[in-house]
Amino acid sequence: MTNGFQIVVCGSLVPDPLQTLEPVSSPQGPGLKNETMLPSVLDPWAACALYEAANLAKQIPGSKVYLVSLGPKAKLQQLMMTVAQKVPFELVAVDGSASGFTDAQQVAEQLAAAIGAIPGLDKSRLLLFGGCSSASRDAGVTLQLIGERLGIQDQFTAVDELKVADDGSFTVKERIEGGRYQVSTCTGAPAVLAWATGSLPEPPNNPQVGMMNMRGVMPALMKARKAEVNTGAVAYAATEIPAQKRDTRIVKDTPAEEIAREIVEWIRR
Amino acid sequence: MILTLLHTQDDGSLPKAALETVSAAISLAQETGAELKVGIIGNDAAGAANAISACGASAFLTVSAPEVASPRYATDAAAAAALIKTSGAEIILAPGTSRFARCLPGAAFRAGAQADTHVVSVKAEGGKVVAQRWFYRQRILGSFTRNATPWLLMIDSGVYEPFSAAPGMAAATEAAVEFGTEQKTKFSGIEAPAADAQTIRPDAQLLFVAGAGWTKKQKDGQTHVGEAGSLIQGFLKLAKASLGSSKSIVDMQSEGQEALTFITHMNQVGQTGSTPRHAKGLSTCCHGEEPHVVGWRFINERRAVNLDPNCGWAQGKADVLYVADAFEVMSKVNEMLQA
Ligand SMILES: Cc1cc2nc3c(=O)[nH]c(=O)nc-3n(C[C@H](O)[C@H](O)[C@H](O)COP(=O)(O)OP(=O)(O)OC[C@H]3O[C@@H](n4cnc5c(N)ncnc54)[C@H](O)[C@@H]3O)c2cc1C
Repeated sequence: MTNGFQIVVCGSLVPDPLQTLEPVSSPQGPGLKNETMLPSVLDPWAACALYEAANLAKQIPGSKVYLVSLGPKAKLQQLMMTVAQKVPFELVAVDGSASGFTDAQQVAEQLAAAIGAIPGLDKSRLLLFGGCSSASRDAGVTLQLIGERLGIQDQFTAVDELKVADDGSFTVKERIEGGRYQVSTCTGAPAVLAWATGSLPEPPNNPQVGMMNMRGVMPALMKARKAEVNTGAVAYAATEIPAQKRDTRIVKDTPAEEIAREIVEWIRR
Repeated sequence: MILTLLHTQDDGSLPKAALETVSAAISLAQETGAELKVGIIGNDAAGAANAISACGASAFLTVSAPEVASPRYATDAAAAAALIKTSGAEIILAPGTSRFARCLPGAAFRAGAQADTHVVSVKAEGGKVVAQRWFYRQRILGSFTRNATPWLLMIDSGVYEPFSAAPGMAAATEAAVEFGTEQKTKFSGIEAPAADAQTIRPDAQLLFVAGAGWTKKQKDGQTHVGEAGSLIQGFLKLAKASLGSSKSIVDMQSEGQEALTFITHMNQVGQTGSTPRHAKGLSTCCHGEEPHVVGWRFINERRAVNLDPNCGWAQGKADVLYVADAFEVMSKVNEMLQA
């Protein structure tokens, strides 16, 4: 492993999870009410992938991290104010909708093209990272499609651990049913790794990293290609928030013993 | 024509999620009048075909080559793509298991198909197949169709009743698959916690959620992490419950705070965790914030124990909120369950 990896992380923005979402429909398909105004965050699982990528790049000299984001340019710029302070990366921006209702087939086509156009991309060193599913479309489809388009045969989903050996081969742990892990080995790049949480905490903001990243971020945003992504072959019949509000019965000032009895009865019912 | 695409487990049996998908396919075939075929990948696929021979399929196609004995993207995707192409199906229904989540969207791409995942309903409406799935992590439910075939739909587990009928003879046909010569990826094994340390139990009736409150300072000004651990583990054993957690309680470990080490990211429920299906859920010392509660979408009966009468659970997110000290309540609960 003399030259290090080129780690390309696919990740974009999603509405801040604390925001209330309300679907609206338009001739172009469904969207969110006040979508352009909603504060956004970096898609959480993609964020875990980004932190893992940066950590790996730090350990393996010669490695470099790219963050490839498809989203509305103005919102990407806002997002970068925080994300760019976390870890070093080079941004590759594509200007288009980040809606959860766009079709993964189209998004994958655009992202694969953007990755393919990265100057000096060497597929034999490529690790394609991203979240195992987004907090918007939540499908877990896009990375596999990008991998297929880039001809990558080795793919992993819901990854929590990647351990790279000196010769560039690696061991991967993927989440499977029942709280278990599937462990696999791979002889080396290229590979696709769709991350679950991984094991790293969110890095604290580092203004120095921010300044360094921002030098590349502004030009990347400026030259961001416009990409037409929409609902593709999907025809939506309805999008709705089913009423789920419950009439909560609040039990107060009641001895623990009585509460426990009620809970036990309920469990046994 | 509908293909129900399945895989076997290590022992050659079909997972429950596969049997549920068979039920979904049977009912869709009935509604549309379409022909039904079955495709099975993995160890003893022919035996698994026999086990569901009564499902009404006109053909059973299998791939049971040694290459697919264990899950791996390259070989599973090749096998699945071959079955999709060989079958000539317009609609493919497959279970959303981890094995298929790893490879089917890619396989669909190879077979010229388009894939949707996490489907919670599929039926015929006005001559079209209409599916439902959640967007924005269980927050918005979308009904849609795809004007493209083949269309592969991966069905979430827990939605349909598993198919069950006496086994027979399916006379399965083994499909030819080009696997390529060398495989870079090798399956090395499954890592599972020891049986008594296994806290995630998808088939349990009850989900027990532990929140960060268990590790916070209590009314005496002290933390009681050890006591919290034994109360929680004691309860899990007695109630045979599955353990879920909030994000905060797992994050404490990577942040190096005193924590409950048997709780890991795998337990986390919510926006960046799981969305388990259990009949009942009991939340303790967890505030019930929206990013957590979206993971409760498929928990029908919900109760919570929290000191704060204004916590999230009080805002219509639980059926009952007990405003009480979870340490006191759970120690009584354990006593009663033990008695
Ligand atoms: C992008 C993003 C993604 C997120 N994803 C998730 C996710 O997937 N899952 C998730 O859970 N969260 C998620 N969160 C975090 C979420 O917003 C909350 O911060 C988190 O759920 C809070 O955890 P908690 O309720 O355990 O802790 P706290 O908010 O600290 O609440 C502790 C609770 O314990 C109670 N308590 C303390 N002592 C006792 C006692 N003795 N008896 C009874 N009650 C007691 C307190 O009253 C309090 O309500 C996410 C946040 C973001 C920004």
